[in-house]
Amino acid sequence: MSRTSADDAFVVFDRVQKSYDGQSLVVKDLNLQIGKGEFMTMLGPSGSGKTTCLMMLAGFETATHGEIRLDGRNINDVPPHKRGIGMVFQNYALFPHMTVGENLSFPLEVRGMGKVERESRIMRALDMVQMGKFRNRRPAQLSGGQQQRIALARALVFDPKLVLMDEPLGALDKQLREHMQFEIKALHERLGITVVYVTHDQGEALTMSDRIAVFNDGRIQQLAPPATLYEAPENSFVAGFIGENNALPGVIEKLDGDNALVRLANGALIDATAVNIRENGQPTTVSIRPERVEFKPEMMPPDAHTIDAEVRDVVYMGDILRTRLRVAGSDDFVMKCRNTLGQTRLSPGQQIKIGWHPRDARALDPVTTQQGSVN
Amino acid sequence: MSQALDPHAATVAKAAGVEPGPRLTTADGRPLTRALARSSRKARRRAFLLVLPLLLFILITFVVPIGQMLQRSVKNDGFSANMPQISAWFAENPRGTEPDEAAWAALAADLQQAARDRTIGIVGTRINYDMAGTRSLFTSAGRQARNGLEPPYRDAILDIDARWESPALWSIMREASSAYTANFYLAALDRTRNTQGDIVMAPSERQVYIMLFQRTFVMSAVITFMTFLLGFPVAHLLATLPLRKSNLLMIFVLLPFWTSLLVRTTSWMVLLQQQGVINDILVWLGIIGTGQRLQMIYNQTGTIIAMTHILLPFMILPLYSVMRTINPSYVRAARSLGATSWTAFRRIYFPQTLPGLGAGALLVFILAVGYYITPALVGGSSGQLISNMIAMHMMQTLNWSMAAALAALLLASVLLLYWVYDRLVGIDNLKLG
Repeated sequence: MSRTSADDAFVVFDRVQKSYDGQSLVVKDLNLQIGKGEFMTMLGPSGSGKTTCLMMLAGFETATHGEIRLDGRNINDVPPHKRGIGMVFQNYALFPHMTVGENLSFPLEVRGMGKVERESRIMRALDMVQMGKFRNRRPAQLSGGQQQRIALARALVFDPKLVLMDEPLGALDKQLREHMQFEIKALHERLGITVVYVTHDQGEALTMSDRIAVFNDGRIQQLAPPATLYEAPENSFVAGFIGENNALPGVIEKLDGDNALVRLANGALIDATAVNIRENGQPTTVSIRPERVEFKPEMMPPDAHTIDAEVRDVVYMGDILRTRLRVAGSDDFVMKCRNTLGQTRLSPGQQIKIGWHPRDARALDPVTTQQGSVN
Repeated sequence: MSQALDPHAATVAKAAGVEPGPRLTTADGRPLTRALARSSRKARRRAFLLVLPLLLFILITFVVPIGQMLQRSVKNDGFSANMPQISAWFAENPRGTEPDEAAWAALAADLQQAARDRTIGIVGTRINYDMAGTRSLFTSAGRQARNGLEPPYRDAILDIDARWESPALWSIMREASSAYTANFYLAALDRTRNTQGDIVMAPSERQVYIMLFQRTFVMSAVITFMTFLLGFPVAHLLATLPLRKSNLLMIFVLLPFWTSLLVRTTSWMVLLQQQGVINDILVWLGIIGTGQRLQMIYNQTGTIIAMTHILLPFMILPLYSVMRTINPSYVRAARSLGATSWTAFRRIYFPQTLPGLGAGALLVFILAVGYYITPALVGGSSGQLISNMIAMHMMQTLNWSMAAALAALLLASVLLLYWVYDRLVGIDNLKLG
């Protein structure tokens, strides 16, 4: 996707900084281009600055420094009601004293639209979310999922080019959330709108987005499509935040182009792909996805290094067998084995040798204590 | 499809359109409702016992006195109980009958008996309510009659005082001869009965009550509006400021609440009087001359200023409690949907504060309608309210029936207001805090 050039980008954050107290920066030097029609997700733990970015884009917070452009126009000084951006709030923010129809009518009325035009748009928007029958209900008479649909319809009824969503599915139960993810994604594709979506749920981000910006500590840690983010994280934070991850601390023994040989704390050598390390002797954290770890020699590349591991326990999860191993002095190394016919059943205490393809092990920056891997 | 996937949808739909199912029974066939009532009876009895002391307290200190007051407004036996014979004559002879010798004889006997029983003063006071200057008429007649009067009684009584012949006096005595009467209510509405017994307007110099009721309601409405105007922004600030600052502000709001009513009222006197602080500052600044000092107290202005100040917390607190629960994302949503900040306030924020506003306005208005001390102290003559008139009848004229009638009318109008509010807004929307 070559949507990143600043010229044809629809939304541009240009060197944006934000501070609330004049002492510390919540958003540090944010540069981000969002293409027209793109589904961009801002993903990060709470306090990482993602919601602040969304609020600056919506106009409820002002950027302390830098410029935000929408469709080529600087909107730093444009008040929220003139930005023409649809927004879905975390708690839906449906006006409790108005019916569903009146809620949808509100953005059209403040735009001075005639009654006939309003009616047809309201019906169209309600049909779009399959809520046509609920026009005269009050928000309090609707379930969470229904309120969510109405909030979506209200944000779309005035045909905004850009829609912001602030953790819109956070209050729904799992089943409903997955269904709504699918519906929002389908709406996005059908209407061709640009969506900026904020969430702390990585699963949600991976399934819905064109691109994901992973936020931490006021910066974008990595900006990439979901598959790249999962398979090729660029630093330890992203590797730990997205999906399940094994982090093995070590030191670079030998660097040969992209290939790195890493010596672990117990002296064992492993193969890895060098990502953001520069020289021999540098400390590193090697990141390996649990489903890419193999214990059968025939599944590994012929010349791969293997290391010793001791099986601690095996958790039967139906589709996979989640095996916890003791590797290089640490007890939390996880290996996921597909539950196929004839799969070798490991038992606790068993000594095995594990290995992987060097491309699947990524030598990243060393994990600092504050980051820690998120399993 | 979409609804099947939404587990809450079915519940909500059911709640919206309730269908009465077949009568349910328990496992052994008894009606479910009766079984439920039995199982919860013990808990209900315990709950009732818990509130019983309060119930008795309210009954003794509130319901009974108010009942007595209401009874007093229609019952006054000051004349009928002490003048039984003439009262009997009034009952036998229809209105318009000229008093015959039997009537005068009955009157003479009653005067004699009342004088001996020393109840003639009560009788005089009762008649004096309706006709000024008649109390002495009764007491002096009683003095003379104590030793017995000689027939013909008409001449004997007229010898004491010729005013006994007045048809107006006989008409009033006829009205007073029955213990139960609506005349106090008529008087409270500036109406009276003429000698034919028809309801007519009271003489213009005695027409005060309707004007006072009007003034009370108009001033209470003005005060309510002023508390809304001043209280709304304060309540909004309280609800939106960070906790530390809003706590400080809350103390400022409550400070007058904790100060004695009398102290607050007198400090307004200090501020507002003609030689007071505000006038001094205005003169010192040269805005007004020494001879043009403003009259801001001992009139309606003073009453409105002081009562607005005193009743302000009753507006702010309910408003605050409602505003605190309004999520700021509503206004944000309105703004993002294209509303200017004024439109967002008018159409989204303000309507959501209505339960608090309604509660505050009702509270302030009802309190203002019955307010007594402040108008008595700073109201002068033009700032007196109906409550001051009730107090006057309680303490000076001792016409308790009149005071009770006025108070009952006030109570009725407040209840009416409450009913109107319930019809318009719904009392369950009331949020007091």
